[in-house]
Amino acid sequence: MSGEVAVLGAGMHPWGKWGRSFVEYGTVAARAALADAGIDWRDVGSIVGADTVRGGYPGYVAGATFAKALGWQGARVASVYAACASGAQAINTARAQILSGLADVVLVVGADAAPKGFFKPAGGERADDPDWLRFRVLGATNPAYFGLYARRRMAVHGDTLEDFALVKVKNAALGALNPNARYRKEVTADEVAASAVVADPLRLLDICATSDGAAALVLSSMEFARRHGTTDPVRVRAVSTVTPTYPRTVLDLPDIATDSAAVVEPSEETYRASIARAAYEEAGVGPEDISLAEVYDLSTSLELQWYEDLGLCGEGEGAKLLREGATSPGGRTPVNTSGGLASFGEAVPAQAIAQVCELTWQLRGSAGARQVEGARVGISANQGLFGHGSAVIAVR
Amino acid sequence: MVAHWFAGEGADFRLLGTRCSACAAVFFPREDAFCRNPGCAGGELVEAPLSRRGRVWSYTDGRYRPPSPYVSDPELPWEPYTLIAVELAAERMVVLGQGVPGLSVADLEVGMEMEVVPGVLNEDDETTWTTWHWRPVGVGA
Ligand SMILES: [Zn+2]
Repeated sequence: MSGEVAVLGAGMHPWGKWGRSFVEYGTVAARAALADAGIDWRDVGSIVGADTVRGGYPGYVAGATFAKALGWQGARVASVYAACASGAQAINTARAQILSGLADVVLVVGADAAPKGFFKPAGGERADDPDWLRFRVLGATNPAYFGLYARRRMAVHGDTLEDFALVKVKNAALGALNPNARYRKEVTADEVAASAVVADPLRLLDICATSDGAAALVLSSMEFARRHGTTDPVRVRAVSTVTPTYPRTVLDLPDIATDSAAVVEPSEETYRASIARAAYEEAGVGPEDISLAEVYDLSTSLELQWYEDLGLCGEGEGAKLLREGATSPGGRTPVNTSGGLASFGEAVPAQAIAQVCELTWQLRGSAGARQVEGARVGISANQGLFGHGSAVIAVR
Repeated sequence: MVAHWFAGEGADFRLLGTRCSACAAVFFPREDAFCRNPGCAGGELVEAPLSRRGRVWSYTDGRYRPPSPYVSDPELPWEPYTLIAVELAAERMVVLGQGVPGLSVADLEVGMEMEVVPGVLNEDDETTWTTWHWRPVGVGA
């Protein structure tokens, strides 16, 4: 396929609370990806960073910060911000540069040092910011929205707290096998049930933490990969970055209300489902072709929602799919083989890149004890605040 | 802070959105700049009160003190509040709000009928910040 780019290298800084700068994390991940690719930094034609806030500087920085840390060498630079989808947009920017011939080899980096506790908006009186408003007017934290989705699933689909806990049990067991994960300990359903309620019905162990972390990829043209001696690389075949369609009828962070559907009939497809569909269409594959998926499990119940949005099962059948073991190791479509956000925590600009790192290692067959046998096609899916879609399909 | 998002006293209390005079699309929180219907060339946005009643789409609560800019007295022990997403039939939209003080998740169910009532968000010596709350229909004022 002419639209493909090669993944030459993948790298991470282990996730956790390390108390250091995002620059340090990103540089470690970038060097790991370059070493994995066998590429000298000075041969990289372009660097794309997924943005974060630099402490004390009132702005978002990334690409040039990492370029400076690695040593200025004149590469083209870009930085992108798309909330949780920043990493996917960074990959997409790199891909567009490669496919258009602007660069042969591009380094993509995302890194963050996340604050402790609830995410919160920037300071000041900012009533024109929906993210500020939901905190000021409602005290509606991210877990509050996850709680709303979980209760809704319980009422509409009959999901139970035990179903949600099973997601955590599965992802924690996988995270225990991943040296880059922050949490590397198995968790039992009883431990989930014994943890404190944060936002009814979800408990502490149903909700992902915030973390420091970094992930990086080296992408290149297929032609460059051949010249480099990489004959059968993992390839990125699709990157979905779609926006929603009006009217949005599912209440979504950070909104206080949905769009009204009184005048314009809403699409039958939810926004999350449209993110995945766009990726499937671009890649020319369907849910039945998927060997594994990395999805944004900000909460346990949200992972079940993604099963349905990815088309791995019908609407309302997510918990059934999980209980059957289809999304567990050895199942038809293992989900979050990395351990997911449950095991990593959120480092916003890095996460969508980390998902593609996991797809890369799985498709290479180098995922060690987490390896999905014979993995050929992987999808990552995520959604960024303010209407940013994100899904990547990689193949081998 | 949220000027003209609601108005009225007692039984006349209503959330205020806006309606596009060209395509009739309704917006809450109010949209005063541009109609966001992609199929609309844009019309004048006129203030429009929303339905007083709707049904619970979902609900949750906040067992931990939310961060700033939510205002709460750190000297006082944290009292969880409910957050309720209510579906308004006429507008075909879901509006999030806090439940009235004292309401707990045990009192709530998806599909339950709710009505909007005035409430207090927080107050200091000079100012009382008012807001809207959702209250189950049939529960005394
Ligand atoms: Zn209009």
